[in-house]
Amino acid sequence: MKKLLWLAWGVCSVMVAGYLGYKMTLDEDKAALLIGDASHGHFQIEMACESCHTDPFGGKEVLQGACVNCHQKELDDAHDSHPKKTFNDPRNADLLKIIDARYCISCHTEHQNEQTHDMGVTVAGDYCYYCHENVGDERPSHEGLAFDSCASAGCHNYHDNKALYESFLVEKSGGQWLKEVSRITKANSAAELVFEPVSPDENRATLITEKTKDHPDIFTHALAITHNKAGMDCGSCHLPPALGASDVSQQSWIDQPGVTECSVCHQKESDGFLASKHGVKLAQGLSAQVGTMVSEHSKLTFSDASQDTLHGCSTCHSSDVFAPSASGTDACLSCHVDEHSTNFEHSPHANIEENLKGSVHSASSEVTCATCHLPRLKEKKKGSDVVYVEHNQNLTLRPNEKMIRTVCMECHNLSFSIDALADESLIKSNFTGKPKAHVPSIDWALERTKEKE
Amino acid sequence: MNKLLKTKSVKFGVAAVVASSALSLSGCGETEAKGIAPELYTDSLFAVMKADRTNYTKYVVKRLGPNGANVIKPDEHWQDIENGTLLPAQMFRAGAEAVAEMTDQFTYSLQSKWPINSQNAPKTPVETEGLEYIAENPGENFYGEETLGDTKYFTAVYPDVAVSSACSSCHNDHKDSPKTDFKVGDVMGGVIIRVPLES
Repeated sequence: MKKLLWLAWGVCSVMVAGYLGYKMTLDEDKAALLIGDASHGHFQIEMACESCHTDPFGGKEVLQGACVNCHQKELDDAHDSHPKKTFNDPRNADLLKIIDARYCISCHTEHQNEQTHDMGVTVAGDYCYYCHENVGDERPSHEGLAFDSCASAGCHNYHDNKALYESFLVEKSGGQWLKEVSRITKANSAAELVFEPVSPDENRATLITEKTKDHPDIFTHALAITHNKAGMDCGSCHLPPALGASDVSQQSWIDQPGVTECSVCHQKESDGFLASKHGVKLAQGLSAQVGTMVSEHSKLTFSDASQDTLHGCSTCHSSDVFAPSASGTDACLSCHVDEHSTNFEHSPHANIEENLKGSVHSASSEVTCATCHLPRLKEKKKGSDVVYVEHNQNLTLRPNEKMIRTVCMECHNLSFSIDALADESLIKSNFTGKPKAHVPSIDWALERTKEKE
Repeated sequence: MNKLLKTKSVKFGVAAVVASSALSLSGCGETEAKGIAPELYTDSLFAVMKADRTNYTKYVVKRLGPNGANVIKPDEHWQDIENGTLLPAQMFRAGAEAVAEMTDQFTYSLQSKWPINSQNAPKTPVETEGLEYIAENPGENFYGEETLGDTKYFTAVYPDVAVSSACSSCHNDHKDSPKTDFKVGDVMGGVIIRVPLES
């Protein structure tokens, strides 16, 4: 009997090991290996295991490498307040015993969706307290504040405090809640590229003429007009960029150019898109189809039709509806049906021209979803400002205070911006009304500065 | 009183630097230790740090800053202003952080009994003792040992002196500075260099 049990145990062990070995190495479907649902930030790529588990035998160093690979630039741009390098100093060894802040997974543990809070945080909300418990000694204004309120009240963030640090609060403390409404800066990052004209080729010209016959009104479309102005022809997008003229054929024609073709000129926009929740599946080599999303995946609500949507540039920028107003609102609202989105139509932002008519503020710029969620950002190149459209819609939402400088302060002062973004009910109504509560951080910063003078 | 550690072997491969003179033999013919004295090692590191910091202050900040060509703006929030650049102390700290990303064989930091950022106040007993020692004994260094986490360290503390009025006035005028009467030549803090020792 004992021998039989040993035999059964051995057979079972071999079967389990074989099954797991097959799943880990040969089988493409690795769903059985998932130890728990991925967080709302990563659930779309939870089946692209190698994105994070770049080495099957790696530990936290391997996982850290994966985190850094996708998120480091964002942290650098945010002037990360708690970079890993801060904690490399041995004098912090005692602190690391509580939370090893050198590793992202110490606070952002994956596959524990049931205990994942906002920003993918999986530790209790009092994490600031361990290092900053004596903050009240230096700042009497902070005495008696709830130990878990540092990062939840609109005052501080762990990583990004670009709009919340004391000197900035003091510098930007004044002003009317609504400034002169600014015009949206025109993006020019693609324009800086000198588009190489394709040398005359009979093959190419014939194919384009033939294809154009199927779409006689193509040059009335905004997309074609814009690109034509840049010296491009149909083949610039519909033929592979690296294709030699002599290789042009019916077979090489791309009916629906995708991110690869668009990224030739729109590099920054493509990079942003692939880093966003809209493009992350494509970036990891998965199907661009969104698939069914349930409440565990996202706090947002989506239309039934959106489940089959294939995400790519043309999903929002279709060739016949290319105007910013269409791609910046209609496209969004075709999928997003949560309270914030559906309230947009009647919001002050949507009706800005009508609301401001006759007032001291004059506005001619239409505000769309994209105005705030795909902001125009500037970067210096060879001494000049290059403006691009940040297509990572999530970049300014984690946390939403990242919108303050990039978006809100274009039209509003800092105080109003902080208050508005801390008011969840105001966000749901799509900013119809005024903030109900006031975040006192600017007041405290001013008081402290005055005391020290 | 300075503490002196004789021929304590340093984990870092500094033997390569001074290999020819590093091996000493005891009277009975046994190999005693290989490497260099840790204080010589940290003294050498400090010399490089001090030289780099002085040169950055002199050849970059002074020459190109507001008191020179005025084309760069040294500022605490340098990342947030056009043509902003790091203050000398920040440059020093940035170097320390970059080194920490390259090696764990030594670390260094800038600390003070009167820090602008309270996170840079002494934390360990050796840091406290060292900063007090260099403040009370101008021109001298402090050497000690301490265990942090599970690792034993050789810790050296070097005086950080206000070499120009820019240093003292910046600290005196800063709203977070707990001391506002620094003068040129005062010890404002210390450079702490740590080297992990073999257990």
